[in-house]
Amino acid sequence: MKEDLQELYKHRQLLYMLAYRDIRVRYKQSIMGFLWAVLMPIVIVLSGLVVRYAYALGAHAPLNTADIASVAVKSLPWAFLVSSIRFSCNCLVQNQNLVTKVYFPKEIFPLAATLASLFDLLVASGALILVLLALQVGWSPYLLWTPLLLATVVLLAAGVGMLVSAASLFFRDVKFIVEVLLTFGIFFTPVFYEVKMFGDKGKFLLLNPVSPLLDGLGSCVARHQSPDLAWFAYSLIFSLMAFLGGYFFFKHLEPGFAESV
Amino acid sequence: MSEIAVRMEHVYKKFRKGEVYNSLRDLLPALTGRMFRQSGLSEADKREFWALQDISFEVKRGQAFGIIGANGAGKSTMLKLLGRIMKPTQGSIQVNGRISALIELGAGFHQDLTGRENIYLYGTILGMARREIDTKFNEIVEFAGLAEFIDTPVKRYSSGMYARLGFAVAAHVNPDVLLVDEVLSVGDTLFQRRCFDYMQKIIRSGATVLFVSHNLRTVAEFCSQALLLDRGRPATMGPTSEVIKHYLTNMRDHRAADQSRPVVISGVTVRDAAGPCQRFESGKKAWIDIEASAHEPCSNLALVLHFRDESHRSLFSTTTERLGCKTFSMNPGEILKCTFEVELNFSPGTYYTSVNIYRHDIDRALDIWEAAETIYVWSEQDVSGPVNCFPKVLHQEIFRNGLRDSDDCVTGKHSAQDSQISAASTPTQVN
Repeated sequence: MKEDLQELYKHRQLLYMLAYRDIRVRYKQSIMGFLWAVLMPIVIVLSGLVVRYAYALGAHAPLNTADIASVAVKSLPWAFLVSSIRFSCNCLVQNQNLVTKVYFPKEIFPLAATLASLFDLLVASGALILVLLALQVGWSPYLLWTPLLLATVVLLAAGVGMLVSAASLFFRDVKFIVEVLLTFGIFFTPVFYEVKMFGDKGKFLLLNPVSPLLDGLGSCVARHQSPDLAWFAYSLIFSLMAFLGGYFFFKHLEPGFAESV
Repeated sequence: MSEIAVRMEHVYKKFRKGEVYNSLRDLLPALTGRMFRQSGLSEADKREFWALQDISFEVKRGQAFGIIGANGAGKSTMLKLLGRIMKPTQGSIQVNGRISALIELGAGFHQDLTGRENIYLYGTILGMARREIDTKFNEIVEFAGLAEFIDTPVKRYSSGMYARLGFAVAAHVNPDVLLVDEVLSVGDTLFQRRCFDYMQKIIRSGATVLFVSHNLRTVAEFCSQALLLDRGRPATMGPTSEVIKHYLTNMRDHRAADQSRPVVISGVTVRDAAGPCQRFESGKKAWIDIEASAHEPCSNLALVLHFRDESHRSLFSTTTERLGCKTFSMNPGEILKCTFEVELNFSPGTYYTSVNIYRHDIDRALDIWEAAETIYVWSEQDVSGPVNCFPKVLHQEIFRNGLRDSDDCVTGKHSAQDSQISAASTPTQVN
C-alpha cells in the first residue's frame, strides 16, 4: 500500500500530463474550443430552468432568483460527475496501447480523466460566478462550505471512476450499465428540483449519496443556509469509502490488465 | 548500486488459452458450468499453458544480454515481465535501476497532438521529469531531424518521421537497464545505424542492455552472453556464439524427430547471395531453402510458400506445383530439398515466411510450419503499406501567373533521396 502510493507520487507528472492531454484532445479541431466547457453546462442549466418553470406554474408560485441560482449551482457538479465517470469508464480500454506496453501505476488513467473533467468544472464555475454576480444572489459565511462539498464530489467521482474503469476492462457490460445510470441518474438526484419539495419523503432521495452534496451546495450558495450536516457526513463517509474501495478494487485487478484488455 | 542489474529466479508465467470472458453474458454460464462439473480442474488445466517455465538468469551491470528463440518461444512475454507490464505467476524478478524499453516506438503518442506536445507526453510516459525534457528538448528535435514539423500534429507525419520521433525521445531517457525488442530491425539503414550507435553508447555508459531478437546476426554482434528459449523453457545459456550454434542445429533436429506426421518440414532457411540472412533491402532477391523428410510413404506432394505480415495477414503465396513443378512422392528416410527464389517487393517492415507441405489430390496439409523464419525488409525510400511500388516523383512544379515558379524536376538518378525530400516538404500529403 505504502509502496503503491509512493509509485503514484513518483508518477505525478504523468498524471498532470495525461490530464493535459485529455483536455487538449477534447477541444482540438473544434472551433469553439474551451467555450464548450461552458456551453454544455448552460444546456443543462437551461433544461433545469424549464423544469423549474413548469413546477412554478403548477404550484402557482413565482420563480424567484434563489431557485434559478440553485439549479445553476447544482447543475455544474452534476455535469462534472457525469463526464468524469463517463471518461473514466472508457479510459483503460481507450489507452490499451499504453496499458499493454508501458509500465506505470494504472490508476493514473481514471484519475487523469477525473482531473480533466475537473478542469471543465473550474472553467464553467468561472462563468457561473459571473452569472451569480449578475443575478445579485449575494453571499453569506455559509459559502465557506462550498470547497468542502465540491471536494467530496471530486472524491466520489474519482472513487467511482477507478471502480468502473477497472470493471469495464474485464466486462464491457459495465459501460452500458454506467451509461444508463448516468442518463437517468438526474431523475433520482435533486438537480432540477429541491429535496424539500418532497416533504418527509425527501430523506429517501437523500440516500443517494450525491443528493446531500448537491442539496448542500444549493443551500449554501443560493439560499444562504447551512447544509444539512448529518446528511453531509453521510455523503462524506460514503465518498471516502467509495474512494478507498475503488482504489483497492483497482489495485487488486491491476496485475491482470495487460492480459485481459 | 549492486553488481547485478537484472535477476530472474525460477520465473513461471501461465496464460489462459482461448476466449477471455469479456462480458457478463459469457462469464455467468461459464461459472455455473464450473460449479456443477466434477472434473473442473482438469478442464482448467487444458486451457492453460505455460508461456515461461523455470527461467533463471542474472545479468551483470554493463553487460549486453541476448534472448533468442523461435516465434512463440516466450521472448515477448519475457520482455513484458521485465518491463513490469505483467507479473510472473511464480518466481521473482529483480531489476536494479531505471528501466526503459524500446519496445514499441511511439506507443504513447497521441495522433491529434503536435510533435512538441508528444515529446512531452511520451517523455513523461517513459519516466522523464518535465525539467529533464525541457533541457533535452532541442537535442531530441535535432536528433529526430523534425525541427520544421515540430508543431504539426503527428497524424500528418509519415511512418518514418513517426518512428524517428519516437526513437529520439526514447533515446534520451538514460536508463540503467534498457530492454530492446525487434523494433530496430525495421526502418532504413540510417535509422538502424543510429539505433545501434545508441545501444553502444548505452552499454559504454555502464548501463545494461537486454536484447530480444530473431536476428541472430545482430545478437551476435552486440551481446556477449545469450539465453536460448525453447517453447518457454531455457534451452541453453552462455557465450552468444555457442548459444546460436546450438539454436541452429537443435531446431532442425527437433522437427525432423517428430514422428507424429508422415512428412515433416525439417528446415527453412532464408538467405541472400552471401548466405543465411534476415535483413533484406526492398526489391532484392531472396532464396528460401526448404528441407523435408518422410516417415511414411506419401505421394502427390507439393510445397507451399507463404509470406505474412506482422498481423499474420497473408500477403503472398505460391506452390511448387503452381509454378510448374511436378508433384512428388517420398519414401521413409528420403529427404527433399527445394529452393524458392523470390523478389522481396515488400515495403519496409517485418514479415514471416510460412511453409507447408500438402497432398495435392486430397487437398490436405500434412505439415505446416507457420512463421518458420522472420524477414526484415528495409528501404532507402520512405514508403509504407504492404507492397513497395518503387515510386519516383517525376516532376513537382508550381505555376504562378502562367509561369513556372520553381524548377523541382527530379531525375531518376537521385530519386530515392529526392522523393524523401519532396515528401517531407509537404507533410499534409504524406501517405
